[in-house]
Amino acid sequence: MIVDVATFVGAYPFRVLPGATPDALVGQMDRLGIDAAWVGDLGAPWHRDPRAANRNLDVLVAPHAPRLIPIPTVHPGLPAWEEDLQAAADAGAPGVRTYPMQQVVDPAGTAVQGLVQAAAALQLAVVLTVRFEDLRQRHPLDSVPDLPASAVRALARCDAGARLVVTHANRDFIEEVHFGLTPDEFRRVLWDISWVWGPPDDDLATLLGTVGEERFALGTGMPLRIGDGAFAKLDLLEGSEGRLDRLTGGNLRGWLK
Amino acid sequence: MLIDVHAHFHTNLSPRADWQAVNARRLAIGQRIGITAHVASILGSWGARSPIYFPSKEDVEHANDAMLALCRAHPKLVYGYCVVNPNETEHALHEIDRRVAAGMIGVKLAASRRANDPLLDPIAALAGGRGVPILHHIWQHRRREWPGQEASDAFELCELAARHPATRFILAHLGGGGDWEHTLRVVPDVANVWVDLSGSGLDNGMLEAALEAVGPRRLLWGADITLDTGLAKLRYLESLGLPADDLAAIRATNAQAIFPEGCFR
Repeated sequence: MIVDVATFVGAYPFRVLPGATPDALVGQMDRLGIDAAWVGDLGAPWHRDPRAANRNLDVLVAPHAPRLIPIPTVHPGLPAWEEDLQAAADAGAPGVRTYPMQQVVDPAGTAVQGLVQAAAALQLAVVLTVRFEDLRQRHPLDSVPDLPASAVRALARCDAGARLVVTHANRDFIEEVHFGLTPDEFRRVLWDISWVWGPPDDDLATLLGTVGEERFALGTGMPLRIGDGAFAKLDLLEGSEGRLDRLTGGNLRGWLK
Repeated sequence: MLIDVHAHFHTNLSPRADWQAVNARRLAIGQRIGITAHVASILGSWGARSPIYFPSKEDVEHANDAMLALCRAHPKLVYGYCVVNPNETEHALHEIDRRVAAGMIGVKLAASRRANDPLLDPIAALAGGRGVPILHHIWQHRRREWPGQEASDAFELCELAARHPATRFILAHLGGGGDWEHTLRVVPDVANVWVDLSGSGLDNGMLEAALEAVGPRRLLWGADITLDTGLAKLRYLESLGLPADDLAAIRATNAQAIFPEGCFR
């Protein structure tokens, strides 16, 4: 079963994205052979309060259950954010999304750590997004820095049960986090492959050898990016069918147990 | 046929110790993707002795020598752009003259001098006269100066192209970072500028917008540094249901038309 941990639906603030509806996302998943996807709301990172976006996300993806799995957004700087987290757990979500850089919350501070700890207690993963777009192309008003690697290290260390899915990270970022954590800590971090380069530099192949194949999951970044990127680099990897099965779903399933 | 109009190779001067492996890997992965022609350049010493985008005369010559050696080592597979630094104008003109005579099929201008600077006029005129296109490094919507290069954007390249209507220009890596929507507002009316789709960027909507802006006859497939993103864009293009002729045009026939006649046989 192929699962994509990095997809969105909804309106992006800085440009009109074709294919940002659930129907269109499912259409792309069909084309690419993706069975299920973790889906976030693309506007929620910039909303003052993501609660309405979460409700809207549920409604939008419901017709496509169980293929589209809503991942609600939690803003740990807001009052009663614990209710949003509990609602996600009650709904059976595998995790929640949080965006400290867009929410202007210290990404390694007590609020986000509190969310990671509370999510750990509920056995929910926390999905972090390093970036939405390349720094060079952002709208002039989108001056939000990328999520710093130091914050991911701090969050991975903040609770023995913390589990982080980090999306849209490149090789340098992944290495800086991974090799700055203990084995117990780095086993609780899962990376998606959407922003890791393939050949000829072969950053993905390098990371699979150094960081470990079991640390990676499929992410496409749709509809910000075309989903073919993740599959092209997988198809150019050397390796067995079993390896592809692990990277496109097996690792995620094992990690969530 | 599949022509990568934007490829790069390394030499023994490149800062990376694995330069030979990277070159070999490009060819091996290219074979898996189905690339039948790599049109490539070497950017000086890749920063080892002079800056990547401001190569010294010595590094320009070294790079062009190495590029020609690769072309000879892989005939009918690897083709060369002549890299020049227009600030060394006489040297640049001499390099183009002798390298095209030696078999190079294009000129690569990176970011040593703004594209609309008059210093580029004799280079553009010479390339046009020799019948070879110029691949020009572009920063899609350059809102400010960026360190390490005197980058140009589509406006600036199109100014140069307008002054040299008989010369063919390739606007580099639409997916190479920056605001490609800005570029696609600029290029539609400049008929002697083709758009290369290379670069690591895989923005959803970019390929459709490029098709809408300039049509399939002015798009060129390429990969640049990352071959996986080139393959991804190729697959996505194939999924759009384009007429076979249009897809073939982007893959190869547009390139065949703008490079010297018959060079890809």
